[in-house]
Amino acid sequence: MKRHIIEVENLVKRFGDLVAVDDISFNVEEGEIFGFLGPNGAGKTTTINVLCTLFKPTSGRARLAGFDVVRQQNQVRRSIGLVFQDPSLDLRLNALQNLNFHAYVYGVPRAVRKKRIEEVLRMVELWDRRREEVRNFSGGMRRRLEIARGLLHYPKVLFLDEPTLGLDPQTRHHIWDYILHLRKRESITIFLTTHYMDEAGVADRIAIIDYGKIVALDTPDALKRMIGGDIITLKTENAEAAMAEIRHQFGIEAQKDSQGVFFEVPNGEEFIPLLVNNFKTDLHSISMRRPTLDDVFLKLTGREIREEAGGEAAMRRQWAMYQARDHRGRFG
Amino acid sequence: MSNLRAIYIIWYRDLLRFWRDKARLFSSFVMPFLFLVIFGTGLSASMLLLGRGTEEAGYNYIQFLFPGIVGMIVLFTAVMWGVSIVWDREFGFLKEILVAPISRAAVAMGKTLGGATIATVQGTVMLVFAPFVGVSLSVSQVLLLIVLMFVFACSITAMGILIASRIKTMEAFQVVMQLLLFPLFFLSPARFPVQNLPSWLGTLVRINPVSYGIDSFRQSILEPTSANFGINLFGHPMSIAEDILLVALFGLVMVLLAVWSFSTQE
Repeated sequence: MKRHIIEVENLVKRFGDLVAVDDISFNVEEGEIFGFLGPNGAGKTTTINVLCTLFKPTSGRARLAGFDVVRQQNQVRRSIGLVFQDPSLDLRLNALQNLNFHAYVYGVPRAVRKKRIEEVLRMVELWDRRREEVRNFSGGMRRRLEIARGLLHYPKVLFLDEPTLGLDPQTRHHIWDYILHLRKRESITIFLTTHYMDEAGVADRIAIIDYGKIVALDTPDALKRMIGGDIITLKTENAEAAMAEIRHQFGIEAQKDSQGVFFEVPNGEEFIPLLVNNFKTDLHSISMRRPTLDDVFLKLTGREIREEAGGEAAMRRQWAMYQARDHRGRFG
Repeated sequence: MSNLRAIYIIWYRDLLRFWRDKARLFSSFVMPFLFLVIFGTGLSASMLLLGRGTEEAGYNYIQFLFPGIVGMIVLFTAVMWGVSIVWDREFGFLKEILVAPISRAAVAMGKTLGGATIATVQGTVMLVFAPFVGVSLSVSQVLLLIVLMFVFACSITAMGILIASRIKTMEAFQVVMQLLLFPLFFLSPARFPVQNLPSWLGTLVRINPVSYGIDSFRQSILEPTSANFGINLFGHPMSIAEDILLVALFGLVMVLLAVWSFSTQE
């Protein structure tokens, strides 16, 4: 049994009337990549802000590397590296100066300061541009520099809050290469949040969070197994008839969405010939795919994560959270 | 120890940023310079015309104005340094500072010292113009002025930081600063002597902490006859030491409030 590097018990965070994090409990094991997956406004960033001591929990407890996030703030802060969702570099300084600042405030010993800065800059391939003002850097380079900075003081846990938000697919890919590479080299625990399903797939374990609650927590494969096989999607003019026929012939309750009629079967390859041979309703196409985390999310919440990401309810929730934070404005 | 290191690097970063921003460095001299040259020269001439200059004291108006303009540049630079915090908030860098394992007091101290150093440098550069207005300064006068300017700048920077710590947007900061900065400047003896003011104005000037800073600059620049221009508080003529002590007390309150305000940040 591995040591728990993060322990969260019955954590609640309210902003006024809004319950941003609603009584969640989970543990993160040392050395794993732990993913927090959910739509915008689900409470991912709020949880991170509590874990990194920026917000005080309304109730419940959280410990990080054995330190209490309320009573042992400085020890917690020393143990973590952070890559925030929003940029947090000093654009008027160069890469070296940004890292040097970080090394000082995190108390990286003088003797190793230069060596470490070079090490992390080489890791993210920015050593050659170390003397360039950060405002000339592209979005991807800035992110890489932030990741380098987050690692500079050798944290036990690296928090990555939507590390690839707003980056183009190629850069996203590149950033993930670093993160996975990093994980091989260092014995570091990575806590990441994302609303990209494919990104969450790299995690060892994923917590799916929705409206401030954890609705599932398991390995990606185990989560996908909840779906129970392959997903068959039928395109047809007459969805109702197709659904009735599926129920009648195979005893399966199909669902429909904008894409067509879909349902799960244990073995898709074997199922399709059966379907084609006997089906009466006119079909335009049949497609089969392996379950993704999107399907898991859909099954657990009844919604698609991508719809929800820009959906009105989520927007309202985020806005309420933003306002509540702004009005309170402080934290003791 | 770790907090001293943090204060040092926060101070150092402010200096780096200031040095990078050479345009602002030069533009910050434009207004005081215009004030001194145009306003000062113009008023000097008209005061002679009225026969009521400050000539009896051995100084003309532009010489009288000079310490006020030095005070002006220190005041403006120091107060506006608070903007760097609003700026850091807007660009996200403040988060990097606030989540670091250092005390918030160290953050407030580092920012105060950074802004105060910059304001003092600006004020010292302004002293270069002294010969052009016919004021001669000895080395010991300059050294004394640097100390006075630094104490004054610390107080004023702390005030700017206190305000900035509670303000979330650039626009709001600009508005608050305009509402605060100009009264502080106009209600000080920067541009007129305190003697013979109507009592309402005299009272306001005496309440204004900036007055004592500028009074201390004037007394140390325009010695030895300058006592004629000095502030009388309850019938007591203020000395340089008393002036700067009052400024330091005000500064202490501001620093404590700024530290408190930062410690209770989200």
